[in-house]
Parts: sequence; structure tokens; C-alpha cells
Amino acid sequence: MSLVLLAEFEREEALVNAVGQLGERDYRVIDAFTPYEVEGLGGLLGASPFRVRAAMLIGGLGAAALCWFVEWYSATLGFPFDSGSRPPNSWPVFPLFPFEFGVLMAGVFGFAAMLWSTGLPSLNHPFFDSPLSDRASQDRFLLAIDIPSTARARRTLERLLADMGAEAIEEAEL
Amino acid sequence: MTMAVGGAEIFPAGTARPGDDRRLTRVNTNEAVNVLVTGPLLDSERWRRWWIAFAVSAALTVIFFGSMIYLFVAGIGIFGNNSIVVWGYPIANYVWWIGIGNAGTLISSMLLLTHQRWRAAINRLAEAMTLMAVAIAGLMPIMHMGRPQYFYWLAPYPNTMGLWPQWRSALIWDFWAILSYLLFSIVFWYTGLIPDLATLRDRATTRAKRVVYGALALGWRNSARHWHIYQTYYRTMAALATPLVCSVHSIVGLDFAASLMPGWQETIFPPYFVVGAMYSGFGMVVVLCAAVRWGLRLEALITMRHFDIMAKVMLMAGTVMLISYATEWFSGWYSGRGVDRRFLGFEFAGTYSPLYWIMIFCNCIAVQAFWFRSVRRSLPAIILISVLINIGMWLERILIVWNTLSHHYVASMWRLFYPTLWDWLILFGSLGFFAFLYLLFVRFFPVVSMHEVRQLVREETAS
Repeated sequence: MSLVLLAEFEREEALVNAVGQLGERDYRVIDAFTPYEVEGLGGLLGASPFRVRAAMLIGGLGAAALCWFVEWYSATLGFPFDSGSRPPNSWPVFPLFPFEFGVLMAGVFGFAAMLWSTGLPSLNHPFFDSPLSDRASQDRFLLAIDIPSTARARRTLERLLADMGAEAIEEAEL
Repeated sequence: MTMAVGGAEIFPAGTARPGDDRRLTRVNTNEAVNVLVTGPLLDSERWRRWWIAFAVSAALTVIFFGSMIYLFVAGIGIFGNNSIVVWGYPIANYVWWIGIGNAGTLISSMLLLTHQRWRAAINRLAEAMTLMAVAIAGLMPIMHMGRPQYFYWLAPYPNTMGLWPQWRSALIWDFWAILSYLLFSIVFWYTGLIPDLATLRDRATTRAKRVVYGALALGWRNSARHWHIYQTYYRTMAALATPLVCSVHSIVGLDFAASLMPGWQETIFPPYFVVGAMYSGFGMVVVLCAAVRWGLRLEALITMRHFDIMAKVMLMAGTVMLISYATEWFSGWYSGRGVDRRFLGFEFAGTYSPLYWIMIFCNCIAVQAFWFRSVRRSLPAIILISVLINIGMWLERILIVWNTLSHHYVASMWRLFYPTLWDWLILFGSLGFFAFLYLLFVRFFPVVSMHEVRQLVREETAS
């Protein structure tokens, strides 16, 4: 957990502009909180969906492979049932079960990976202690910036944020 | 501080008073979206009409489960099924409900992938419809089984009997298709809800609501990093949902097409079933949208433009249905096989032919009215045609079963189906149970995807 300055903006453009300007001046933007996805912002802040993609691919293909094995084993060794002289290993009908279950497992693994990557569930995160946090899910855009080490630098940052259109600035823990 | 929205006043976040949303006629700010969608949920004093509808649906739900219990006690002899027409209402109901269920995710995922932003106002309604319809559809084959206590034999598990599922059977394909689709749809729907549950948490007027919505939101903070990961997952799910939905109803089509019966053994069945599913699903979505829009006063969010677009989609689907029927008729005639031609004659002039003609009217003729803009802009007309489409699609499902099974290869096996009271109770009871679940959803969850509509508002105000 670290202390940050939370700056509240009314509009998305002001927030995106602030991220760009603060980056140019070597301030460290920790995170942003927005009522909807601002495209490109998460990637700019270093978020990577790699785990989600990998988990979905591995979960989906792994489950499908397991299903196919169960089909092959049960149809040829476990219970080889003669149905109209069709071969026990009737592979043309086998893809249905692995496909359905594989897609389901891709979704389940992806969901788990999404929670893992985002650190959710996190019901008592210190962010919620900030009075500004409520409106991030409604109509305001928040920016979290690392607090400079000296009081003077902090005042400069606060002035800069106010010039960029911040309507409120609060200290918060993230 | 107040802001003018469409000639009405709204209030800063957290200060909206119960009933404020009733004055909103146009949505062009984030807060207008929040007030419109969360207002009814957080105001417990304006649900009188909801209670009336809920009581009616609860009564039908009791009838549904009462009939099901009697069915499990007495056996499927209480239905109109006989030794020739071995499939009856439960199978037709199953195909009809799974069709409606398929459409919700199909609408939501296809429109997301094709960047149709207008979907934001209706996708949540459609996805919830999917969950409930698929859950009800899953009950129908269990009711039809006769020995419902053994349904788990469809799952592969080591057992002392040494039995394994028969993978060449369409019943197994159905089991996995429904189960996978239902669970997948739950995950997809819940994922879409998470950011909106966080909004409800932050606007909650009581501690209890804050705790419940907060727990369901999993501590979502609207972090830009989280959005990036979340949207990647959600879009990938949409990309997976589209082929999954097509496969599920194709498999339902294969239940029939994999047989050797006249009228069923047709390669057109899988795609024709998928289009039929989308068709009936859009019909149901229109009815639900109109009801929810009226009940929650969401005219500013679900606009006539939405109905206009859905009418155009139904017009397209209805025309494809007509072409599919025509292909079936032509194939039956062109095959030159006596049994197929007799079957065709039975469809058009046999005992069930009045129902067949009604089906053609509902599914192919009535929808042609949507060529006219005035009809597409008339809500009563759109609702009427959507209801007709749903009746027509149910008739199609039951006639697929009846026409083929009543008219076997051998004349000595020709026999008709006469529905019993229990057939009707299960059908209307299932509609009541659907309404019961849907009303619960409407009462406790945001019916419109707020975070997506906010994005839409931002794009529209920027352009």
C-alpha cells in the first residue's frame, strides 16, 4: 500500500490530458479510476491481459483434450458398445462434447485469471476510504499520482493538477 | 448544483431523490444514465405494479412445479404422448425455450463483436432472458425422460455398473450443449454486471443494499488497469459465445436431423434452427424490452430506434425462415420419394394443416409488415408481430414433432397427438416461471448496462 494524491476530473478529456502532461514531467501516475473503459489508458498504465488470454487458451484446449480422451477411452475400452456396426472410435461425432465443454472451461479459467490479475475480490480495499471513490463508478474520473517526497514538490503538483482542471484533490491510500 | 437534461432537472451523484428519474426524457450525461437505471432499484416505494405481476407469475410457477411433481409421481402417461407420437410438448417446449435462450447471447455477443454500440441498452435484458430460458429448457428433457432421477447417467463418471455415456447419441450432445451453454451464459452475464453492481454499491441508500451489492461487485474499483483486463476477457467471451450459441442450436437441430424420419433427416436443420432461434429470441426481446421500458420508464434509454432496428432484424430472419421452409418443401418434392411427398402433403393438407398455415402466417407473412417504416415505428404493431412470431415459432417446434411422428413410413403407424391438460399446464406454467425469474431480475439488478451506455453517451456528446 502506498500514499497517493487522488485528483478528480469532470471529463474524460481532462483526465487523459493530465496523464500525458504528468508523464512528460516525470510524475509517476499509479492508476486511474473511470466510470467506463477509457480505451488505451489501462495499457498506458502497464496493465497486461496476458494471464487472461493464456488461461483461456490453456483451460479451453486442456479441457477439450481431456474430454476427447474420456470419449475415446469410454467408447473403445470402458464400454465398447456395438451400435449398428459403427466403429467404437467414432471420431466424427467426438468433437461436439470437447468443443462445448472446452468453451465453457475457457470462460471459467479466464474468469479466474481475471480475478487473479486484478486482485479481486477486494471488498475492503483502502481506496474505498477516500470520499472521492464513490463517484468513480458513476460520473467522475480520478487520477492517482505518487506523492512527491518534498512538501514543495507536492504543492507544485497540486497546483499543476488544479491548472489541468482537477475539481478536488485528496490524499488516499492505494 | 443541478444540470438540465432534456428540459428536466437532475441532481449530483448520491443526491437524487426517489422519483427524480421519472422526469428524464433524454440522456446526455453519465449521471442521467445512473439516475434512470438505479433510481427504480433503490426506491422501494414504486413497485406496486411489479407486485401484481409477481403474484400472477408466482401462481403460475406453483402450477408449473405442482404439475412437475405430479408428472414425476404418475409418469409421462399424463401427457398426450402415445406409442407412436413419442415426443410431445416437453420436446417442443425444450426446442422453443432453448431457441429463445440462444438469442440472448447471440444478440449480445454478435453485436458487441460488430461494434454495434446501440446494443448497450438491450444486451443485459437479452442476456438475462437467455439464462432463464435455458434453465427452463434444461428442465424439459428431464420431464420428458420418464425416469428423471437417472438424468445424471448422461455424465461420464466411473461407476459400479461399468456404464459410460453413448457418445453417438444426440441426447448426450444435448446434455453437454445445454449444461455448457447455461454455465457459460451465467459467467458472461455476471461479468457484464460487475461494474454496474459497483455503481449500485456506491449509490446504495441503505447499509444492507451497500453490503449486498458490494459483495456481488467483488470490490470493483473502476481502475483503468482493471478495465483493460476486464474488457479483454469480456470481448474474448463474446468471441467464444458466438460459435458456442450456433453450435448449441445446431445440436438441437441434429436431434432431429440425425434420425431417419421423413421431414427430419435434412441437412438444412442446423442453420435453419439457429436462424429460427435468433428469430424467436428477437421476438421475445422486443416483448421484454417493451414491458421493462414501460414498467421502469426507460423511454429515454430504450428508444423507438432500438425497436426499429430489431424489427429490421426480424424481417431479415423471417425472410430467411421463409426461404428455409421453401427449401424444405422443394427438397421433399424434388427427392421423388413417396414418403417425403406424402409427408409434404400431410403438412399442407393433413390433420394439423390449419396450425401449419397459422405458423406460415405468423413466421413468414406477418413479419413482412416491417417493410413499412410506419409499422416499425409503432410499438403496439411491433409487439403484436413479435408475439405472433413467438406463437408461430412454438407452432413450428410442435409441428416438427407432430407431423413427422404422426405420419410414419407405414400407414399402420399413423396416429395423432391429443394434448392433455397437463401438457398445457406445463407450457403455461413454464411461461409463468420465466416471468417469475425475470421479474426478480428486474427488481434487483440493473436492466441496462450502465457502463456501456455511459461510453455511448460520451461518444455521442463528443461527436
